[in-house]
Amino acid sequence: MRHIISILLENEPGALARVVGLFAQRSYNIETLTVAPTEDPTLSRMTITTSGPDRVIEQITKQLNKLIEVVKLVDLTEGEHVERELMLIKVKAAGAQRAEIKRTSDIFRGQIVDVTANVYTVQLTGSTSKLEAFIEAIGPNCILETVRTGVSGIARGEKTLSL
Amino acid sequence: MELLSGGEMLVRSLNEEGVEYVYGYPGGSLLHVYDAFYNQSAVKHVLVRHEQAAAHMADGYARATGKPGVVMVTSGPGATNTITGIATAFTDSIPMVVITGQVMSHLIGDDAFQETDMMGISRPIVKHSFSIKHPSEIPETVKKAFHIATTGRPGPVVIDIPKDMTIPNDRHEYSYPKKVKIRSYAPPQKGHTGQIRKAVEMLLEGKRPIIYSGGGVILGKAHEQLRTLVRDLNVPITQTLMGLGAYPATDRQSLGMLGMHGTYEANMAMHHADVILAIGARFDDRVTNATNKFCPDAQIIHIDIDPSSISKTIDVDIPIVGPVDSVLDEILNILGELKTKPDADALESWWNQIDEWRKRHGGKYDKNESGVLKPQEAIEGLWEATKGNAYICSDVGQHQMFAAQYYKFDEPNKWINSGGLGTMGFGFPAAMGIKLNFPDEMVVCVTGEGSIQMNIQEMSTCLQYGIPVKIFCLNNGYLGMVRQWQDMNYEGRHSSSYMESLPDWGKLAESYGHVGINVEGKEQLDQAMADCFGKYKDRLVFVNVVVDPEEHVYPMQVPTGAMRDMWLSKTERT
Repeated sequence: MRHIISILLENEPGALARVVGLFAQRSYNIETLTVAPTEDPTLSRMTITTSGPDRVIEQITKQLNKLIEVVKLVDLTEGEHVERELMLIKVKAAGAQRAEIKRTSDIFRGQIVDVTANVYTVQLTGSTSKLEAFIEAIGPNCILETVRTGVSGIARGEKTLSL
Repeated sequence: MELLSGGEMLVRSLNEEGVEYVYGYPGGSLLHVYDAFYNQSAVKHVLVRHEQAAAHMADGYARATGKPGVVMVTSGPGATNTITGIATAFTDSIPMVVITGQVMSHLIGDDAFQETDMMGISRPIVKHSFSIKHPSEIPETVKKAFHIATTGRPGPVVIDIPKDMTIPNDRHEYSYPKKVKIRSYAPPQKGHTGQIRKAVEMLLEGKRPIIYSGGGVILGKAHEQLRTLVRDLNVPITQTLMGLGAYPATDRQSLGMLGMHGTYEANMAMHHADVILAIGARFDDRVTNATNKFCPDAQIIHIDIDPSSISKTIDVDIPIVGPVDSVLDEILNILGELKTKPDADALESWWNQIDEWRKRHGGKYDKNESGVLKPQEAIEGLWEATKGNAYICSDVGQHQMFAAQYYKFDEPNKWINSGGLGTMGFGFPAAMGIKLNFPDEMVVCVTGEGSIQMNIQEMSTCLQYGIPVKIFCLNNGYLGMVRQWQDMNYEGRHSSSYMESLPDWGKLAESYGHVGINVEGKEQLDQAMADCFGKYKDRLVFVNVVVDPEEHVYPMQVPTGAMRDMWLSKTERT
């Protein structure tokens, strides 16, 4: 099963390497990883999506917690949460395709953020499955380039991951 | 406030931490620090012959005392040479602080002379590591390093110091912090009382209970509580390779070691137990054999300070995360309050069953017929000669298993071996680290002719600093454990396990300024032991004990089997 692990991390050099290294050294799988500082410049917030049997997920959270720079972590998939990913996708948009791409983009609530005579760059935000549905809808022949941020997530309601 | 250079701050900080000896090797990037050493006498430096030995010396000291060992080496090859030593300490959760030099800050990343990314290379084998960015950070970083290394589940910590952090005339205000707070680090202080109560109930309900204790009991200084618990409950106890000595091996309730080369009775008792209390042990693959066949009837209670050790390889029924000593104290308190007592009838028949198992094998081995010493006999001779009181520092292989099986450890911190990583070359420097700190104790390195050659150069260090350890080398001319596996699993094809062209050990020892004794047969062994601890008491003695090359270590668990599936001799299987 897919899990979203959200980590509050000391914003220090080498902290990211420890997290990534842990996954590599223990053969855990990383599907996506995002990291950036928070409103408190001493802390970074990292979101990792991973998958595996419960025993492995339990080990991942325990091993992450052992890293000195990990301040707190939560497995967001254990509760209600919001997850978002941002994608920039460059697609061929010439002739009849041009209107079709625009329509599809509108359906997915995408925005066209850059335009040339033959190319649209679409910005799309949503869950991983929504982004994948868009890629499917456009079709591989139109896609010139895809870049995705990976998942960021936050718990619903009043729960927070903070000091 | 006092103004000190980074190098001076480092030495002063080590002194504040009560460090008496630092084991190391100088080099370019640490010369400022070594100069700071020169001007004081509180912290002494021991110059090894290879940096790996410095790490093992610090490690041996830490295992014997529970205090962190300190290593200091230069950048590049100095640092990388300690890697095996750091990994050895990490795998066995040994507190250690390793200070590595680094090239000047502005050269980092330029592939400078003797530059290596020590933070990166050591990352998977340290509990934590620090890189110094300003000289004024040094005192607090040292304090943090010692705190992290020694608390919770202990482990090695690296401090990487670029040369420009220690420049003599770059002085800063020095004060050593009394306390340190790390907001993201809070090792557990106490177990969960509800869980502990449930555990006590489960223990008392057991008809066939057993305690399985590990190195965590020794690291957590909980052997007194363990002994009380075992005796109060009248339960059998088996100990891991790392846990030997926490409970006295010569006591009736001790079943000896469990696992791959555990005793027949320990492995049988584990397999048939209905309640297992695991204390400071981690269900290592050398203990459990095949996990899907592990102890089918048992409910398991597991006490460990590291949550990640719990349900890692074997699912447990009652996990208790906390320091072993405080959890055991609480168990003893609850037992004292409760009126319920263990089921005496059930325990009696359980003990009867165990005594039956004891009779079946009981550590027997074929005595020598050809006059060639059996390695087991040699270890028993050593045990008798030292009255079981020596620090035994082992290398890795057959001799290690024979020592674990036949040297009966009655006290903790006396059995020093690389159990987790299995580092050949560990025993001799570890013994040196202990002898240096306990000059009046008997300290013996039990080794083989394979392992000893991995750090043989340290005989020179021993002469320089007057460290008269005894090297007890079980010489069978083979890499014995490799040979044993080749005999058992590869139809006796001894691929690269025979050691030709060995030195004359006596002459070798003499050329380093020590004593060498050659032993063939029991009589010579007894004489050698008498000389070792008698007339050569203050000399390093290399005892070359010629032993039977055909001997295997038994019992040996059958691969992919259960705890109870063992070879008991070359021809006998359970």
